[in-house]
Amino acid sequence: MSSETAVSDTLGTKTPAWKRRRRPLLPRAWRRPMAIVGVVIVLAWLVIAIFAPLIAPYNPLAQSFTPLQAPNAAHWFGTDVLGRDELSRVLYGSRISLPLSLVLVVCSMLIGSVLGAIAGYFGRVVDEVIMRIADLVFAFPTIILAMIVAASLGPSLLNAVIALLLVSWPNYARVTRSLVLGARQQEYVVAGRLMGAGVFRSLGRDVAPNVVAPIFVLATLDFGNAILLLSGLSFLGLGAVPPTPEWGAMVSDGVQNFSQWWLATFPGIAIFSVVVAFNFIGDALRDALDPRTAEAVSGVSI
Amino acid sequence: MPAELVFDDVAVTYRQSGRAELRAVDGVSITLAPGEVLGLVGESGCGKSTLARAACGLEPLSGGNIRFGGEPVPRLRMLARPARLRRIQMVFQNPYASLNPRRRVGSQIEDGRRAAGGSAPSIAELLADVGMPADAMSRYPHEFSGGQRQRIAIARALAASPDVLIGDEPIASLDASLQAKVATLMRDVAAKRNASLLFISHDLSVVRMIADRIAVMSAGRIVELGTAEEVWARPKHAYTRRLLASIPIADGLGRLPKV
Repeated sequence: MSSETAVSDTLGTKTPAWKRRRRPLLPRAWRRPMAIVGVVIVLAWLVIAIFAPLIAPYNPLAQSFTPLQAPNAAHWFGTDVLGRDELSRVLYGSRISLPLSLVLVVCSMLIGSVLGAIAGYFGRVVDEVIMRIADLVFAFPTIILAMIVAASLGPSLLNAVIALLLVSWPNYARVTRSLVLGARQQEYVVAGRLMGAGVFRSLGRDVAPNVVAPIFVLATLDFGNAILLLSGLSFLGLGAVPPTPEWGAMVSDGVQNFSQWWLATFPGIAIFSVVVAFNFIGDALRDALDPRTAEAVSGVSI
Repeated sequence: MPAELVFDDVAVTYRQSGRAELRAVDGVSITLAPGEVLGLVGESGCGKSTLARAACGLEPLSGGNIRFGGEPVPRLRMLARPARLRRIQMVFQNPYASLNPRRRVGSQIEDGRRAAGGSAPSIAELLADVGMPADAMSRYPHEFSGGQRQRIAIARALAASPDVLIGDEPIASLDASLQAKVATLMRDVAAKRNASLLFISHDLSVVRMIADRIAVMSAGRIVELGTAEEVWARPKHAYTRRLLASIPIADGLGRLPKV
């Protein structure tokens, strides 16, 4: 339906005005099937995270049921080894994973893009020092370096976030540096300097506003990755400490009880849905913000 | 207090990896007197833009020096440009790249006024000087055409109350009907403020219209320097004669210039 209405709209032929005005009042970036699926999933998880105490049928920490029940009418997702309701734990798990991933993504974006911008703008020694440190981090496999840091800090969710922060900022630094390298040669940046702007005003006023869009896209795409890494560390026992209902830790419990399939499946689906949703949103955002693909995207918009 | 801009045996060299050094500007000495309009012409790649950038401190000199008001013009590095040097302002070649697409026209001109320390005329007056309506200040650069943007860029440079205005091929990317208009506009606004104008172009016929003196540049050197009429009527150097011969003549015969 999408392309036909779009075509008749652009031609402005026989569509009456009242009909045309009923088009969704959404920015073009969101008017794609995949993006809408992503947004719906993320919004659903946000609602669950906010209203978890009202939605969850039981206390996620109460060990008051028969252990290891298969999914049934009373316990939709079954119960775990200690007799806790799996559904309640999955729902409460969103209160752990989502805010922590958000903190992680926002912090690594801030640290990485500020360092990358400084490296790209100042160049020379500053650039060398910052980017060599970034290369140092890149040289290790992400999860292994995070494991080492988390293990040396001791298992806790906060330490897991710190460990992941250390390994995830170089991504942003690299992207920002290359964007700033391109932007600082622009004539308007030079003109700003000729007007007497200092380097930091020049960076903040002339360079930054013109490079932020791709960095936001990267952050959206990275959000799913952050959830995966956090769950991964918890799975390895380096993140959430029992009895915290964290998805990665729950999957890890399920692996120890392999014949009870529901233990790992449901938290796994929770992780999967959030990661996929953020990837959909990030992809749509990237396509829409890139002027080279924006035309192609608008062709499939609703 | 207008000051003169002096190029004294200026040389700019680019290092190219794996090849010989390129002397983009090779021993150029000219003086831009207060209030003077100097046209600098030459073909692409002859070093005229490099010379202009050097005057703003944007290129490292490999020889000679540039003085403004008796004091040297240092290279622009990490420190903010001192107020003394903000009296040299440049209008760039590409009006699509010289305005920040994310900021309103008014605030970009305001930057220039701040550079002048508050003595500059209001934004509306500046826009009026370049023939733009005052409501342009609340709009974004993409809402304007190339010629309009170049006018805005001129207004921004003027906002800094320059003593020296440099036009780095400001008309090269405009269409033919606008070139003469923007060129005369630059001369008029510079004259009104008693500023000198260094106008760079490869179009000798436009430069002749506005310049007091013309310098012809070829392969990094000034090959001819004289008043506009002298250079136009009695070119001494062979290169200048070739430049003159390449100007199309609208004589209805449909001939292309001999090159």
